[in-house]
Amino acid sequence: MEQLKIPIGKSLEYVIELITEHFSFATKAFSEVTETGISFLVDSMMFFPPWALILFFSAIAWFLSKRKGLALFTLIGLGLIWNMGLWAPTISTIALVLISTLIAMLIGLPLGILSALNTTSFKIIMPILDVMQTMPAFVYLIPAIPFFGLGPVGAIFSTVIFSMPPAIRLTCLGIKQVPVELVEAADSFGSTRSQKLFKLQLPMATPTIMAGINQTIMLALSMVVIAAMIGAKGLGGEVWKAIQRLEPDKGFEAGIAIVIVAIILDRIMQRVGAQQKAA
Amino acid sequence: MDHKIVVNSLYKIFGSNPEKALRLLKEGATKDEILEKTGQGVGIADVSFHVDEGEILVIMGLSGSGKSTLVRCLNRLIEPTCGQILLEGTDITKLSKEELRVTRQTRFGMVFQHFALFPRRNIIKNVEYGLEVRKVPAQERAQRAQAATEQVGPKGWENSYPAQLSGGMQQRVGLARALALDPDIMLMDEAFSALDPLIRRDMQDELLKLQEKMHKTIIFISHDLDEALKLGDRIILMKDGYIVQEGTAEEILTNPANEYVKRFVEDVDISKVMTASTIMKNPLEVASYAHDGPKTALWKMKQAGISSLFVQHKGKLKGIVSADDAVTALKNGDKDLANIVQTDIKKIPPETPANDLFPLLVNNSSPLAVVDEEEHLLGVIIKGTLLAALSEGVTNNGTA
Repeated sequence: MEQLKIPIGKSLEYVIELITEHFSFATKAFSEVTETGISFLVDSMMFFPPWALILFFSAIAWFLSKRKGLALFTLIGLGLIWNMGLWAPTISTIALVLISTLIAMLIGLPLGILSALNTTSFKIIMPILDVMQTMPAFVYLIPAIPFFGLGPVGAIFSTVIFSMPPAIRLTCLGIKQVPVELVEAADSFGSTRSQKLFKLQLPMATPTIMAGINQTIMLALSMVVIAAMIGAKGLGGEVWKAIQRLEPDKGFEAGIAIVIVAIILDRIMQRVGAQQKAA
Repeated sequence: MDHKIVVNSLYKIFGSNPEKALRLLKEGATKDEILEKTGQGVGIADVSFHVDEGEILVIMGLSGSGKSTLVRCLNRLIEPTCGQILLEGTDITKLSKEELRVTRQTRFGMVFQHFALFPRRNIIKNVEYGLEVRKVPAQERAQRAQAATEQVGPKGWENSYPAQLSGGMQQRVGLARALALDPDIMLMDEAFSALDPLIRRDMQDELLKLQEKMHKTIIFISHDLDEALKLGDRIILMKDGYIVQEGTAEEILTNPANEYVKRFVEDVDISKVMTASTIMKNPLEVASYAHDGPKTALWKMKQAGISSLFVQHKGKLKGIVSADDAVTALKNGDKDLANIVQTDIKKIPPETPANDLFPLLVNNSSPLAVVDEEEHLLGVIIKGTLLAALSEGVTNNGTA
């Protein structure tokens, strides 16, 4: 049986080796850019005293969601995190999530648009997304190490892959959901493809796209925690440390901090999406 | 060939293998047979017609008859399978993508059944859409959109969003959006079908009023015969993708081409369709002002077996003389009809619907004079002729 085994794993390993050897310039460039981005974001957030930043985040939450309750929750939640002594890892987690989400959107939105407008692309992209979403998240950590080594860049790489599918899917869905009669109307006035896209389809798809971004953020948050295994710092790192040292108190505290961050991000994005829909 | 649009044997087959379906169609297979044998859907088949500048052509049929497909083929929202669409001699089916875009921007304005307003744009932005696509500068755009809204649109709602408007108002916006471009051809796909009957009638009246001013070439899709009869200069009836009959309202009603048209026509309220000109009798004898005296008038009445006589002078209708007055005049030795003519008579234009004639005749014992704009007497209607015409119309169009 050994001889008859189809070398799926081996060939994939070979591909990874090939990329590591011959495309190191690309992986290195990606490393440089992301590392600069992360350290800039973390440094600038750590520059301010925590209380100032907590007030700032609460203000943003209020501004984006127009909800006093959410602003209050942000204030208390982040205050609690500070009090638990988890401020620095929280900042680094938020930075990782923001950068991963940004990259996932930069790649995901155009792919979503493409798959909505072009049947061939749709047929190619959708099965790939199915694979990406069913593959266990840990598997993405493996290529990250040879490509980028241990550290935050590898974490961002696997997080981007893991969290991108909903952004693509929901962008595609949002555009496809635009009623046929409206598309016909835009066509009947002689719109070009891009006029149709920017004047009709994207504005109509915005609430759905926002829902996709929300999911991407949530997935990114969960993956950033898992990615602590390959050396991403942050709240995930705290949990990881607690497991290794058998410190349930620290582990739960870090877990609670993650939940707080997740709730704040989710509610803000949901409110923004709902406002888009209402407009 | 001065027709605005000429369509020559246009076909639309939905499916992956239109060739086979086309061949079967030409061999005489029906829509259902083709669907069964090839899985191809026949949208429209061998459709040929023309539209003249400034006329309203109504394309009518039940759902599934291909009328909506046909109107979408005209601006190629649906790509026709084969055939020609000549717009002032240029074949639309042969245009490149870019040429087609320009043609859509400049020649066609389209109004949709369910309004198809852009929900995330306010009313004025909706009306501006076509101009925006055409890259008209913002200021001119705003002006023209404002003008179009003032003409047909709901006033004072410029900054509202479509969802805040009623159906009727939304369709006014739809109409304004198409008119803002000042296209020469309007494609109206069941434009008023989604509106409730009262609003629909208002919109129809408004469209006719607008058309008097603008003289657009309008292709109007409808499933409602009453609407077709009201709006259409000519009507095309479609069934199963084919044209079954083409003609004026009158022609279709009085001479239905086949059983299908006949069934369609049965439901029509005849009194709404018939007009004064279809009912009126020739003025048998008309006393002429200049030459005739009361004696001649009486003689003419006696000949025709009637008790009053219209009086004309130099082709213009002057009034009516009753037999009684003529006898009195004769006794008094008055030789001039002018002294006994009653000028207080009911004059009606020939396009007056039969419906409107009843009240006029009930309160008026003397006959009605049908006159044209120059006051020429075209015909005469008395109670008897109206009733006779209506009963005749009913039997003609009834279950014969």
